[in-house]
Amino acid sequence: MKRWLVAAIVLLLGRGRGRARLRGRERIVPPGFPDRRAENVVLVLFVCAAACAVGFVVVYALEDVPSQTQYLGLSLGLAFAFIAAACMVFAKRLVVTEEADEEYGPTHPEEQENVEQLVRESGDRVTRRRLLVLAGGAAGTALGIALVTPAASLGPLLDVSSFYRTPWRRGVRLVDELGRPLTADDVEEDTFYTAYPERADREQMGAPLVVVRLKPVELHLPDDRRGWAPDGIVAYSKICTHAGCAIALYRKPTFPPVEPRPALICPCHYSTFDPAAGGKVIFGPAGRNLPQLPLLVDGSGNLRAGGNFSGPVGPSWWGVRKHGARP
Amino acid sequence: MIRRVVRFLDERSGGAPFIRKSLRYVFPDHWSFLLGEVALYSFVVLVLSGIYLTLFFEPSLVQVHYHGPYVPLQGREMSEAYKSAVDISYQVKAGLLIRQTHHWAADVFVAAIVLHLLRIFFTGAFRKPRDLTYYVGVTMLGLALLEGYLGYSMVDDLLSGMGLAIGYGVVMSIPFVGANLAQLIWGDPYPGRHEFESRMYAFHVLLLPLLIATLIALHLVLVAARHHTQFRRSRETERRVVGIPTFPGYVPRTFGVMFAVFAVLFLLGGLVQINPIWEWGPYHLSQATNGAQPDWYLGWLIGALRLMPNFDVTIGNYTLVPNAFWGGAAFPMVVFLVLYLWPSLERRLTSDYAFHNLLNRPRDTPWRTAIGVAFFTWVFMVFVAGASDRLFVLFAVSYSGQIWAYRVLVWVLPAVALVLTKRICDELVRSEDVERERRAAEAEAQALA
Repeated sequence: MKRWLVAAIVLLLGRGRGRARLRGRERIVPPGFPDRRAENVVLVLFVCAAACAVGFVVVYALEDVPSQTQYLGLSLGLAFAFIAAACMVFAKRLVVTEEADEEYGPTHPEEQENVEQLVRESGDRVTRRRLLVLAGGAAGTALGIALVTPAASLGPLLDVSSFYRTPWRRGVRLVDELGRPLTADDVEEDTFYTAYPERADREQMGAPLVVVRLKPVELHLPDDRRGWAPDGIVAYSKICTHAGCAIALYRKPTFPPVEPRPALICPCHYSTFDPAAGGKVIFGPAGRNLPQLPLLVDGSGNLRAGGNFSGPVGPSWWGVRKHGARP
Repeated sequence: MIRRVVRFLDERSGGAPFIRKSLRYVFPDHWSFLLGEVALYSFVVLVLSGIYLTLFFEPSLVQVHYHGPYVPLQGREMSEAYKSAVDISYQVKAGLLIRQTHHWAADVFVAAIVLHLLRIFFTGAFRKPRDLTYYVGVTMLGLALLEGYLGYSMVDDLLSGMGLAIGYGVVMSIPFVGANLAQLIWGDPYPGRHEFESRMYAFHVLLLPLLIATLIALHLVLVAARHHTQFRRSRETERRVVGIPTFPGYVPRTFGVMFAVFAVLFLLGGLVQINPIWEWGPYHLSQATNGAQPDWYLGWLIGALRLMPNFDVTIGNYTLVPNAFWGGAAFPMVVFLVLYLWPSLERRLTSDYAFHNLLNRPRDTPWRTAIGVAFFTWVFMVFVAGASDRLFVLFAVSYSGQIWAYRVLVWVLPAVALVLTKRICDELVRSEDVERERRAAEAEAQALA
């Protein structure tokens, strides 16, 4: 039994096993000296890699390990790191670093001419080449267009009327995030409110509003918007006219003299709108004012829309009116 | 054994000469040549980790309520896409590791491509006969940006939604066709129809990876066909390439790089948190967060969008070119146009139509180096401007003040960089000349003595 075991170990680890040498041939790879120390290092590194890999499986199998992700990453990362190190030691110390050279590939002028000749001669029998090319081109183009036509099924390519769609009509009640009606008394100064149309889809461009209360004396809305801001409460579309992010910053209270005016700001590119001046752009990249929604206060103090927005909501597009053009 | 395998292959493919040649293919050695390999191996990690993630991710915008182990999101309404991504992070064992590794690999992938591009540019490796290889590479950079953007947009967390809204705004802003294109892609005003999510998914997990993989193959075949470039050191010439042969020298080296890349990515994925989507929360149209930043490789676009002063091109009351077009579409188009045109432009300007297998040191082509540094400074400054909101939030540096400063710096610094780089290059070359003369004189003096 013992002899068998020894024999097996010798067979597995034994050095100098009969290597098939190609006798009588010149070496291709230049010879080098063995390096036992480097071999040992590579051996140890491989063992460490194996240990880490096993560690990964163990950590994975365990339940309720705190910081499991970290241990998993650590064990797997280290396993790879050890193998990487082994490869590098192997490359630097255990294979011959030769400096070989070879020619950069040639070009083939003769063959180039042959190809040209071949193509030219193949077309010899054609008499009306230009006409054929034209007809072939027409066929190809038409077919190409035909093949991409089904892509139009992706969306209503030619119908852009939905950009003007909003759920706001005269009399629609404003509700807050939980669906409760927003009353004029709820709206305080120095903060902003997000409001939605009652019983409508909130995940559409035209739905969300940003509502703020300013002192009526501070307001200087355009003349045609008199009566749009009961008690100084103004409402604007919450979607920035620059790139469609939600206006989620309100600069109030202000920091005079640096930033003298209260402002609604989009955190994506800091388009800055003046709520007192009908949503006018005062800084940042937006090119179009923020659409304003006229407000009313009904008998029970609830805020309601007095109509639709002053202009199209959402990012601008080719052909949109810069001012006005109520949706 | 070896003989049997080789005989087996050769008898069935006639490939022995090819194998022999491949094994002795020569790789010139320089640290900067590894950058492309880092990108390649990051791509391997991306594909493998990505396949794992597809087994759990649910590309659907159907709204559900969360009832998982992460308490702050209890009962919140969210899309199945976002919920499945949170579940991958919290409930799939090793899911968070793979998700974070995937994300890190994407960031490293693009970073390696950009550094590789800089290396290629400043050493003149894009010149004939490798301009085609270069064009393929630049195309892959563009595809990688799009692929990364779709990847983090699919998750439908708050940051995804904000990024997509901006993408929508930029598509809308394209002159003539923007509105129609947006309708085609989204099917409805943003956030669009539910199909949009599965379309992104198809592009992210199938079309774009396939395209990138094909281009990688083409890139490598072209590299191998015309061989690597090399620096002139001793025996290197335009005609002979000098280096380490594939086997036995190069294989363990490149495996070393590969496993090192894997190691770094998995260590990052396990130990360094990235894109903690559960903190951002699910996306809703009416929500946005301050100080939000995309992945680093889109920073230049957000910077350009922010820097643009507020004007739209209009005729009368009609908008012709909305503002988002300049930063979001025109700017990257200019950058990629310059990248694509540079090899032919340089050929024409220098009337140099020759083959080039030897690389330039940056100092030896001072004008290219200077123009390149100026160009990349320009893009980099726009990139830095993209982080101005972070400086604002973290250090309360006035945002509008920063933007005005950047609007000037973006033009001034490249000009300064141009002049400075040209002078540094010239000085370096001159100092080498002086050094050479000194050596010669000393040798002469010694010979006399």
